[in-house]
Amino acid sequence: MTSIAKKKSNIQNQISSPTNILFHLIFVIFVAFCLAPLILIFMVSITNESTLSTNGYSFFPKAFSLQAYQYIFRDTQQIIRSYGVSLFITIAGTFLSVFIIALYAYVISRKGFKYRGFFSFLVFFTMLFNGGLVPTFMIYSNVLGWSDTLFILIFPLLVSPMYVIIMKTFFSSSIPDSLVEAAKIDGAGEWRIFFSIILRLSTPALATIGLFNTLHYWNDWFTALLYITDEKLIPLQFLLYRVQSTLEYLIQISSQSGQGAMTIADLPGQSARMALCIVTIGPVILAFPFFQKYFVKGLTIGAIKG
Amino acid sequence: MLRLRNRTKSRSFLYELNKNKTLFIMLIPVLIVLIINNYLPMFGVILAFKDFKMSSGNFVTSLFSSEWVGFKNFEFFLNTSYGFSVTRNTILFNGLFIVLTLVTAVPTAIMLNELKSRKLAKFYQTAMFLPQFMSWVVVSFLAFAFFSVDTGFINKFIVEPLGFEGIQWYSEPKYWLYILPLVTIWKTLGFNTIIYFAGISGIDTELYEAAVIDGANKWKQAIHITVPLLTPLMIILTLLSIGRIFFADFGLFFQVTQNSGALYPVTLVIDTYVFNALRVMGDPSMSTAVGLYQGVVGLVLVLGSNLIVKKINKDHVLF
Repeated sequence: MTSIAKKKSNIQNQISSPTNILFHLIFVIFVAFCLAPLILIFMVSITNESTLSTNGYSFFPKAFSLQAYQYIFRDTQQIIRSYGVSLFITIAGTFLSVFIIALYAYVISRKGFKYRGFFSFLVFFTMLFNGGLVPTFMIYSNVLGWSDTLFILIFPLLVSPMYVIIMKTFFSSSIPDSLVEAAKIDGAGEWRIFFSIILRLSTPALATIGLFNTLHYWNDWFTALLYITDEKLIPLQFLLYRVQSTLEYLIQISSQSGQGAMTIADLPGQSARMALCIVTIGPVILAFPFFQKYFVKGLTIGAIKG
Repeated sequence: MLRLRNRTKSRSFLYELNKNKTLFIMLIPVLIVLIINNYLPMFGVILAFKDFKMSSGNFVTSLFSSEWVGFKNFEFFLNTSYGFSVTRNTILFNGLFIVLTLVTAVPTAIMLNELKSRKLAKFYQTAMFLPQFMSWVVVSFLAFAFFSVDTGFINKFIVEPLGFEGIQWYSEPKYWLYILPLVTIWKTLGFNTIIYFAGISGIDTELYEAAVIDGANKWKQAIHITVPLLTPLMIILTLLSIGRIFFADFGLFFQVTQNSGALYPVTLVIDTYVFNALRVMGDPSMSTAVGLYQGVVGLVLVLGSNLIVKKINKDHVLF
């Protein structure tokens, strides 16, 4: 009875149809605003190169061509190579990061651990103050000499204080201490407790942090900008940046790979740029609809709970 | 007496270490990262008080053999015209972003909540959230597709057909006062909407039912229930952003402007200045000094805003 009454009042309490249509209209404009740039570069990437130079970047190109995609996949080794680098650092970095963050967060979430306050603060303080770009750069490149290694692309992003805090909040709110105590009484060691109880019960948190990390690594170009000059170690996003700053870069890497047959005028420079961009964001766009809800959950926790 | 206490303290630490050996081992990987990535560089800030010259040895020996200059690096930065302009640019742009976020995200979240079709609402939310997932390099490509001088969409399909000459977007600073906020809204609107949308979902529906009985229409409900109940969240998120007002988004100002020197009067912010001082001017000491200036002022602002948040609502406090 009450539920029917409630439903009725809900129906009464709705915006009028004209307002509803107006709101939909506004949202259609917003969505168009958000998606238009992506559609534009996609259209450019499948536009014929000479059409681009005469007509400019259009949503409705006059002549199509898939030459740009053929070119970036067939005629250059650099792009495949960079894809490999990006995939490797994303996968290795994500797993390593989630694992060590889970370890640390677990320890500082244990109420019986005497120094949890101190070790929590150690993480938290890095959010308040840091030495800045230059000292960090000097430590990595001059003191440790890690420039131009795969490791440097992974290491600086391993620990984000926010992720440690989210993970710790998850552990202390959803894994009861009594569970750990009971396992201890049954004779389980700390490692055993961590692997077979804590990790198993925390799949949602691990997935959320894992997804954040995946995106973080895949989208990172800043680390490479600072530390990478070796062409073999250029991740995709940084390759994109280099192409942006020099269009000729594409031509240069193509001549290095021994494809001398094309003249510079034939090279799909502008469409290839945009095709490279599409190829870079492709995995993100394809995966996005499936993982969106985890991101929403994680971001809301992160932003509101601090 | 004091010595005795110290001894028991250190003994208890050793005792704890021994008892929870495994737990301490579990802390080690993250501790290594924090030490190298965050704590060692904090000592590196002494670079700001030196006139750093790379001598034959390595970085550490050169650092110690370099001459102390006190606050000269800071004075130099603050006395050039850059000292004022990059600080102003950073604060004004961030301030503008804070205001724009509030006036766009809150109404959008309220509208989203009122849509009759939940399915379409979900779709809009997803589509608007997508830009958040693009890296700044990608965003710079997207912007370039519109603003390229020779082939960009705006010049080719809007400016030139209207009979004007194509605009030199990447060398005219005045346009970037509008472009950068537009790009920021494009990238963050979906995300901020989701946060306020979550806030609205948390409001007790009985309040609205009571309002209906009292004859309040939707508009009145939004003004008298939704907005007042969202106000604490708005204040807190705004205060937290004010705490970060000294830190600009490096990617936005570096990538989207393509680090174009002609735009510096408007688009150079502290973060990009630090990078350019290191990479282009090759002056690590001054660059460190500017970074430290940002870090210290930033710290004061974060602590201050947090103190105010604490007074308003303890649940949202950062620490």
